[in-house]
Amino acid sequence: MACIEARHLRKAFGSTLALDDIDLRVEEGRILGLLGPNGAGKTTALNAVLGLVPYEGELRVLGRNPWTEREQLMRDVSFIADVAVLPRWIRVSQVLDYVAGVHPRFDRGKAEGFLAKTNIRTTSKVRELSKGMVTQLHLAMVMAIDARLLVLDEPTLGLDILFRKQFYDSLLNDYFDSTRTIVIATHLVDEIQHVLTDVMFIDRGHIVFNSTMEDFESRYLEVIVNPERLTAARAFHPMHERQVIGRSVLLFDRADREQLSALGEIRTPSIADLFVAVMSNQTGAQGAAK
Amino acid sequence: MNAQSNAMPEAFQARGVVPASIPATQSFLWSVRRELWEYRSIYLAPLSVAAVALLAFSVSVIAGISEHQLRLDPSRPQRPFDLAAGLMMLTGILVSVFYCVDALHGERRDRSILFWKSMPVSDATAVLAKASIPLVVVPALIFVITIAMQCMMLLVSSAVVLVSGESVTTLWKSLPLARMWWLLLYHIVTAHALWPFPIYCWLLLVSGWAPRATFLWAALPVVTIAGIEGIIFRTAGFAGLIGRRLFGDAPAMSMAPDSMGLDPLTTHVTVGRLLSSPGLWIGFAMAALFLAAAVRFRRYRAPI
Repeated sequence: MACIEARHLRKAFGSTLALDDIDLRVEEGRILGLLGPNGAGKTTALNAVLGLVPYEGELRVLGRNPWTEREQLMRDVSFIADVAVLPRWIRVSQVLDYVAGVHPRFDRGKAEGFLAKTNIRTTSKVRELSKGMVTQLHLAMVMAIDARLLVLDEPTLGLDILFRKQFYDSLLNDYFDSTRTIVIATHLVDEIQHVLTDVMFIDRGHIVFNSTMEDFESRYLEVIVNPERLTAARAFHPMHERQVIGRSVLLFDRADREQLSALGEIRTPSIADLFVAVMSNQTGAQGAAK
Repeated sequence: MNAQSNAMPEAFQARGVVPASIPATQSFLWSVRRELWEYRSIYLAPLSVAAVALLAFSVSVIAGISEHQLRLDPSRPQRPFDLAAGLMMLTGILVSVFYCVDALHGERRDRSILFWKSMPVSDATAVLAKASIPLVVVPALIFVITIAMQCMMLLVSSAVVLVSGESVTTLWKSLPLARMWWLLLYHIVTAHALWPFPIYCWLLLVSGWAPRATFLWAALPVVTIAGIEGIIFRTAGFAGLIGRRLFGDAPAMSMAPDSMGLDPLTTHVTVGRLLSSPGLWIGFAMAALFLAAAVRFRRYRAPI
């Protein structure tokens, strides 16, 4: 069953189209990485899914209309919209009390268990915690909610690498299972590549790339070519080319692995490499059209 | 198509083991509690004003012991009690005004609205919880704290009267406590909760809409209308109307100055006059309108 299903999703802010006729389907049990340059429409898309902004077109999240049924939807959807949205005046114990009071699927014992593994004291106020601890607190709350969909918008922005690694480790080990769906929008794509099952690029309100990770790994390959073999390699129509210390790295889509292996060292590209390739082709194509 | 989309949420819910919903009253009460956590001045301000009033009263009456006549007249002791109660009500107005101006603005300013909206609590519940602060919570607190303050004042007075060798019985007999408190309750409910409620709802509405400077935006239309009226008609009807609303000049409040000692239920408490006053109902209608707009703004407005 589709967890998120959108048809002709459109959202304009004034004359700017943040989402331009997007069709989208996210199946249950997937971990989708949503990537795009700043201002590409990632946050708008997620806000529409969470019922935070009105939109045009058809959108169903867990079978519900998020704009008209946000209250009911939030029983089954959790989100961390930003690193710092927990109110600074609140005490950790008050966060626990409040969420336990209003959320039918919150397991307080579980949250306290997660918190016990951190240095967060329940008597502390959020303003007394470090940025990393606030994120740990928010994650502990969210992981203790038995939700079907978890949406994370730049959840680790500004955190150091230890916290970021810990964040995704606990998410995978203590939370994710085949009945849950996770959507993550982030710039730090290399860190989550191993976590994702699906990846999607958004640019200027359009989905410009959408693939499962299995497809991604079988479809794309990179060849590191010495200068003398560059012309031969270029004959296979690479989608992108970049220079790395005197050698060229060519990125191919559905190319012949065996023939290319004769030209240089073959490896699977990172999502970040493909992202750069897709985005620069986008800019190129748009520039040529004008 | 419709039947299919309606069937889908149930399929999802059927898999949940825990109960799928929380009673609306429970969400509401937690939302009110959350306001008290955030705006501690709601109870701290009246408590401190009461403490200061009590202290000032105590110092004054105790200092009076050494003077040739007591400052507290045991046969007519009610005036300082009424003054202190008036001070408490003024505090209540200030607390409510400052609360309402910030209530829907603060959560957008610190982006915590994104956290509150990640909870299964509707915008209507959140706004009604905020509106209940000036309508129910502040008046109730003012009532209870004022009574506690007056009890302490009475204890201090009794001690002073006792030390000066005057009659405590006269003091207690001259203070019609039950009637004072009954009137206080009635006055707070009508003049400081029901009557100014549309003003507080207006402040909430502006708080949910304004990008910044909420107080300015709230006051601007009032000042503009009053200014235009003053220039064209040379009257101050609108400003007077708003002022009387805010400071609790409800129609039920006009009482004869010499009516003391008569049955308060018939002389002071003119429930019929209040309920038959069109101003009350027009006020409620406007309050409902403002609250509906505030709910809508909370739904649509993004964090600042």
